[in-house]
Amino acid sequence: MIDAIIFIDMAESSLVQIKGIKEGLLVTFGEADWNVLSQSLYSQVEKQQAFFKGARFVVDVGDRSLKSREVGTLRDKLADLGVNLDTVLSTSAVTVNSAQLLGLATQLPVPVKRYPKSEAAADLASHALWIDKTLRSGARIEHAGNVVILGDVNSGAEVIAGGSIMVWGRVRGFVHAGKEGDNAVAICALDLHPTQLRIGELIAVSPPKTKDTAKPEMVKIVDGQLVAEPWKPI
Amino acid sequence: MAANVLTVTSGKGGVGKTTTVANIAVALANDGKKVVCIDGDIGLRNLDVILGLENRIVYDIVDVVEGRCRIRQAMIRDKRFPELFLIPAAQTRDKNAVSPSDMIRLCDELRAEFDWIIIDSPAGIERGFKNSIAPADIIVIVTNPEMSAVRDADRVVGLIEAEEKKPPYLILNRIKQNMVQRGDMLSVADVYDLLRVEVIGIVPEDENTIIAANKGVPLAIEGKSRSGVAYRNIAKRLCGEQVPFMKLDVDTLWDKLMQIGKGN
Ligand SMILES: Nc1ncnc2c1ncn2[C@@H]1O[C@H](COP(=O)(O)OP(=O)(O)O)[C@@H](O)[C@H]1O
Ligand SMILES: [Mg+2]
Repeated sequence: MIDAIIFIDMAESSLVQIKGIKEGLLVTFGEADWNVLSQSLYSQVEKQQAFFKGARFVVDVGDRSLKSREVGTLRDKLADLGVNLDTVLSTSAVTVNSAQLLGLATQLPVPVKRYPKSEAAADLASHALWIDKTLRSGARIEHAGNVVILGDVNSGAEVIAGGSIMVWGRVRGFVHAGKEGDNAVAICALDLHPTQLRIGELIAVSPPKTKDTAKPEMVKIVDGQLVAEPWKPI
Repeated sequence: MAANVLTVTSGKGGVGKTTTVANIAVALANDGKKVVCIDGDIGLRNLDVILGLENRIVYDIVDVVEGRCRIRQAMIRDKRFPELFLIPAAQTRDKNAVSPSDMIRLCDELRAEFDWIIIDSPAGIERGFKNSIAPADIIVIVTNPEMSAVRDADRVVGLIEAEEKKPPYLILNRIKQNMVQRGDMLSVADVYDLLRVEVIGIVPEDENTIIAANKGVPLAIEGKSRSGVAYRNIAKRLCGEQVPFMKLDVDTLWDKLMQIGKGN
């Protein structure tokens, strides 16, 4: 334990870099175990707590996969030190998903230059984001590519995708496919009753829910209009 | 002994968290368990009033955290149950006076001596909520059969899942069975269908709750009223007993009288 702390103190500057950007302070990391890196960040902030007080942090964790618990700890520890964790940037879909489930931003309004053009980011867009749980009220998932959800999208949850959205479950919340204007995408679910549904620029709301049984449906743009088709076995 | 830390939370305010904490606490104490309640609603304390202990507060949770007293000194013993204690919230401080790690430390200190540590969470999803769930082993979400309360409960379930806590349980409070039967109120099944969280209690609307709150005598002490029985059953279920849900029938004497009055 004590060894680790001494090590951090000596090597701190190469482990954690903090610099000012328009959105706040951007934190980037060197190569080390996440525990070592996060501890190092806390100790740096603690040393100049007065300076950092009330700051908004944008933390770029690179390709590290962090579980929501790890991102939650980062947020809480920083909050204890008087710092707001605003945004978590990562090329790992796991980390992006974790941060989004905790309600943190995962993109900068004007992205840091190298970021969106990087191969890793392009890669992220071409892969489907796979979410194997129900999205509850307040959860917001945004992904440049396709999104697959094994679970429900509850009322008050939002899913926004550059590509298509497929839900193996019920949709009661907000779903937006083709957010960059791609019209050749679809939204499908086992039971589709969104608060609001969008594909590209087109918007639809669900008719009032009747008590009938769930039926799988797919919504697409046909001749410039949103069209819902029930799924039928051939 | 290693206590279970039970946190009662809801998202929306006024749904019955404090009432639930007080009733579960006296029901467990009545069953011979050693129980300490912690009022997590700093700045808006009221668990002391519901338990009838408000005039005995000397120290509070912030005094413990800031080292002005020992934990023992802040614990108020309930005269009705020698093994039931309350650690009150501070009324004149704000929620930031306590942190999640303070709460974990506090509970760890208490664990050895108690069977149950019950935390009354404030409404909302901010600091006070985070403080309250940080040490929790078991989380119970209280909701009412209304869309807005259920939506907030769903939000809270999502946050608890994101913290990788064990799945929470649900208590549905203030059910009016006659309204449900008319289709004017969400039923237990409707709420379960929306939240998919295991139901551990169904508590009917009961106007005795308000009288009990004013007297500082939770209904589960007597266990004669329907909601008192419901809370006792919840306490048993929390201890692992299988207790069937009571029938929320509308054919109470009162309803019959009402019908006769209407000329039926
Ligand atoms: N089952 C019930 N029947 C009738 N009134 C209730 C019931 N449960 C709670 N109440 C009343 O609702 C109000 C809010 O309850 P409280 O326990 O203080 O909620 P919270 O702690 O969630 O804010 C109180 O006036 C209480 O007496
Ligand atoms: Mg309360």
